[in-house]
Amino acid sequence: MSVFEVFISAIFVNNIVLAQNLGNCPYLGCSRERGVALGMGTAVVFVTVMATLCTWLVQKYLLEPVHLEYLQTLVFILIIASLVQFVEMFLKKAIPPLYASLGIFLPLITTNCCVLGVTLLVQREDYGLMMALLYAFATGAGFLLALLLMAGVRERLEVCRVPKAMAGTPIALIMAGIMSLSFMAFKGMV
Amino acid sequence: MDRFLQELTKGLWKELPPFRLLLGLCPVLAVTKSASSGLGMGLAVLFVLTLSNAIISLVRGIIPSKVRIACFITISATLVVAVELLMQAYAYPLYLQLGIFVPLIVVNCIILGRAEAFAAKNPVHLAIADGLGMGLGFTMSLTFLGSIREILGAGTWFGHPVLWEGFQPFSVMVEAPGAFLCLGLILAAMNYGTHRQISRRNREAAAEAPSGCGGCQACSANRG
Repeated sequence: MSVFEVFISAIFVNNIVLAQNLGNCPYLGCSRERGVALGMGTAVVFVTVMATLCTWLVQKYLLEPVHLEYLQTLVFILIIASLVQFVEMFLKKAIPPLYASLGIFLPLITTNCCVLGVTLLVQREDYGLMMALLYAFATGAGFLLALLLMAGVRERLEVCRVPKAMAGTPIALIMAGIMSLSFMAFKGMV
Repeated sequence: MDRFLQELTKGLWKELPPFRLLLGLCPVLAVTKSASSGLGMGLAVLFVLTLSNAIISLVRGIIPSKVRIACFITISATLVVAVELLMQAYAYPLYLQLGIFVPLIVVNCIILGRAEAFAAKNPVHLAIADGLGMGLGFTMSLTFLGSIREILGAGTWFGHPVLWEGFQPFSVMVEAPGAFLCLGLILAAMNYGTHRQISRRNREAAAEAPSGCGGCQACSANRG
């Protein structure tokens, strides 16, 4: 597949939330306000790319030479957890304004299945390093897009009259279903 | 013993993990394309959750509280690797069917959530009861959701045709949107049931109260 196809496919056709059902907890939990959604989404893009870089190098130069591929899951999650800690400390020292806007989302990202999912998918698809980074960036961007769209819808939903039994999570899930239906229309693109 | 049963049964209805607590939604939505994959995923989570609860409860005195999250993740990741290898050896078709979602059990919020909220504070036998109960509840919910989606989306249940001939399956139910819609409707139905129950209880309470002047402050003060 060409670079462009991978990019479009990761954002629209195989959107990580709406087509692959990954990263649903933050998708439903952090989509009440647009500001929060933007912060969470940006943090996910950033961490996904960093994590893909680290895990790709570790897999290639550490696990494969000593044939410990079966420890992939364990090693990857530890890398992601320590990476998130490290990024948090770095941002706090180096770029305080960015830390102020992303800081609270960073600890949550360790258990976001988006990040671990992308690092594992990259290994299953056997991408090269540049392709892996591009894929990670595009997937993160797809997550950001889905989160922002959902936040916009839910802000409108606040002022709508919803049946009592539907209020809260059920209506959000139905909205997500409809959004996912409309994203199915992108299937013909690639 | 009472306490044991109480912890065991709370996960089956009162705190049913995916529907009541809304934890661990990714596998709930993604692997319930058929009843059998829902059941398989549920059993894998049951295994990991029970053992991780037991181990964490055993070592809870040793782990310094500052690094406890990292320790919990390491323990559950080790168990997930074990499950992965076991599935590759004994249930390979299921392993292929669940795909990336087997390693993703590590980041399932139920595991970490129960470890932090329950296992790190309670003795071993209660932690095991909690893990078993929550795991069973999770398995039940996944199988239930998988059954609905498989029956509507393909007309089969565990691979056997169950609906009449000439039934046109709603293929959208086994795609990603079906998962969202189905879970949303189930939650709405549960909310509706809860509201009905509450309003019936209120009505019964109102009927029991003496009519006429019964409701006002003065009477209840006199009676009290």
